[in-house]
Amino acid sequence: MILGYAGKFLEVNLSTEKIKEVTLRDEVLKDYVGGRGLATKILWDRLGKKWEKIEPLGPVNILLFLTGPLTGYFPGGRICVSGKSPQSSGVVGSTVGGEFGIELRCAGYDGIIVTGEAKKPVYLFVKDSDIEIRDAKHVWGKDAKQTVRILTKECRKILKKRFPIYGEWKEPAILYIGPAGENIVRTAVVAAKWAHAAGYGGYGAVMGSKKLKAIAVKGTGPLPPVANLKRVERLIKVVNDNAYEAELWRRWGTGAAGYEVGAKTSSEPVRNWQDEWHDEKSFGVDQFENRVWIKQFWSDFGCPTCCLKVAMVKDGKFKGAITDNPDYEMQAYLGPNLGIFTPEENVFIAALIDDLGLCGIQTGNVMGFAAELFQRGILTKKDLDGIELKWGDAEAFAALARKIAFRKGIGDLLAEGTYRSALKIGKMKNLDVLQYAVQSKGISIGAHGIRSGKDYPGIISYACSVQGGDHTSTAGLPLDGGGSELMEIFNDSGVYCNFNSFGIPRNVRFDFYNATTGLKLTRKEWVSTKALKVLQLQRAMLLFGGPDQKWNPKIHDSNPPRFYDPLPSGPYKGKTADEGRVEKYKKRYYKAVGWDKNGIPRSEILRKLGLEDVDRALEKIR
Amino acid sequence: MARSIENKSFHAVPGVDFPHFCAQCEDYPCVKACPVEALSIANKTGAVIVDAEKCIACGKCINACPGRIPHMHPNGKFILICDLCAGEPQCVKVCREGEWNVLKRVSRGNRSYGLYARTPEEITRDLALKMYGEKAEEFL
Repeated sequence: MILGYAGKFLEVNLSTEKIKEVTLRDEVLKDYVGGRGLATKILWDRLGKKWEKIEPLGPVNILLFLTGPLTGYFPGGRICVSGKSPQSSGVVGSTVGGEFGIELRCAGYDGIIVTGEAKKPVYLFVKDSDIEIRDAKHVWGKDAKQTVRILTKECRKILKKRFPIYGEWKEPAILYIGPAGENIVRTAVVAAKWAHAAGYGGYGAVMGSKKLKAIAVKGTGPLPPVANLKRVERLIKVVNDNAYEAELWRRWGTGAAGYEVGAKTSSEPVRNWQDEWHDEKSFGVDQFENRVWIKQFWSDFGCPTCCLKVAMVKDGKFKGAITDNPDYEMQAYLGPNLGIFTPEENVFIAALIDDLGLCGIQTGNVMGFAAELFQRGILTKKDLDGIELKWGDAEAFAALARKIAFRKGIGDLLAEGTYRSALKIGKMKNLDVLQYAVQSKGISIGAHGIRSGKDYPGIISYACSVQGGDHTSTAGLPLDGGGSELMEIFNDSGVYCNFNSFGIPRNVRFDFYNATTGLKLTRKEWVSTKALKVLQLQRAMLLFGGPDQKWNPKIHDSNPPRFYDPLPSGPYKGKTADEGRVEKYKKRYYKAVGWDKNGIPRSEILRKLGLEDVDRALEKIR
Repeated sequence: MARSIENKSFHAVPGVDFPHFCAQCEDYPCVKACPVEALSIANKTGAVIVDAEKCIACGKCINACPGRIPHMHPNGKFILICDLCAGEPQCVKVCREGEWNVLKRVSRGNRSYGLYARTPEEITRDLALKMYGEKAEEFL
């Protein structure tokens, strides 16, 4: 057994209600580390043979909740949720913050593998090695805040009853879905606490299709032992000191970018990306701080950055709406992207989206898409069930969000996500509306545009990423650089918060891994073998696709058409992503990661990496 | 603090005392507004330097400033704008010596500094609301 791992995985079959412990070979853990990497491997081993036939929202799909060796040690623990994505039909490693991963490791497990499908709503309760599948009828249909409140109370009561000598129990860590997940909305999230969410991938829908409302975990053991505790302690200090220095992050989190990215780098979605520039000072972070913050610093266990704030609307129409202060993505997608430019309305919509268990980025994207169709007269008031979807009308968008979460009327259509609803609306109206959909391979693009060229994603970041429009997994060259997907795979595989790794010396994360596990991993080795393996596997499964959607690299390895329109205003007016340059860069990238000119991984590189079975399976699409 | 309570003309709300600093805007509206080119930008720090000889004390930079931060010298002949003490800000030094540790030197990045330039009235309002909550309305 490798140090730094608990060594066991929990496998729960919801169809048969059987619970067992499984172990993985040391070589697998060494090669795939954990989180996103390990999820890719587990999914390939178990579902790879018939991948294209598997319905992501059916009982065959596997839902994974995995930690990595660094979870709990690297400041800022997260948990990686994965499975076959109902959005991209590939694998997406979607991580969410909170104590879940740490509690799970303290309970003695590295991850939970959920298979099958329950007959009636259930939730899973894990206390060390006592695991039970409990009835969740009383929380089914409840919104986020109620779910957390009821389950916390109930779990603490059970614990107190079973272990009376222990006294009062601290709340367990809970992962759950809101009403959107229960109604199998493709943009639903797996959420933690009130407002943390694993959004990309749409795993809330997978959890809903399995009728698994929540997982509550309480661990009483220590974290798994590490190889060199002194060194780990020293490295924690390095990361913490670096985080304390980052004034901007500590004071405002990513929220500082709400104005910055719009005004300065000109890459913020405005009215469904029709523009990427705004100079609305009322949307500056100081306005959020003065008008809606009610608590400046709070953080999850062990995090030095505290980028979370609590925001509440203090007066006006939306008085009482409370949530985490919208981070940059929420500010952008539920603000300027819908034509909203006041902190109060933004917080109101963000609070509603969190309550419904929807993904702020992707629901913001699909609502912006619908509003643009309304602006262009393609969708009429009648189509939208009487909602007049004007830019900036927070109440109209709130009504639409509720319709999406409960799949009512037009919401049933838009709940399929931007790409699928664009196809359906196109068929309905006999028009090409895909040109207004800003997404890549079924996944909405993060709120960092590429047209001005001043933000961090490059021109192929979204087009060639194996996670589509995911802004935390962007493709780029050089392969060992900061903007490369391979380095981001390490964050998602070690499963820690990458905000805490901004600005630390280059090798600290690998030193951390070595000190924890006692192995020797260098940056070069990671980029040239291990990460590349994960990338090829993810790419292969993405290309196999699902029963309803297959991706052709020649057509779908491209930016949304919107990114080829010139920017209409701002300091970078007229700039656009150049098609010739995209093609050239794409060719270079394909070559660097070992894909042929059609974007399919080459035999040679797959054999070199020891993925012969992937090579054989890819024969049929070559 | 004693002064702030006595001198209400400087402090609209009792007890709400705050520093009012140049935000170091990246687009220099004050420099652009100067009719006689008395204002220039320092190479090293990026701060605004006032040429007291050239300045005609017209006050156009005060109106151009989003936070109304430049102020007239007591003799009324030229304007004063923070020049960051040529890279060694004395305000930071005394704050550190006094162990308040509120002020800190940071390097200049590509950020929207102009966003934080605000008038004393705005700052007072926000601070008072933060300190006294709804009661602040009585003072404002």
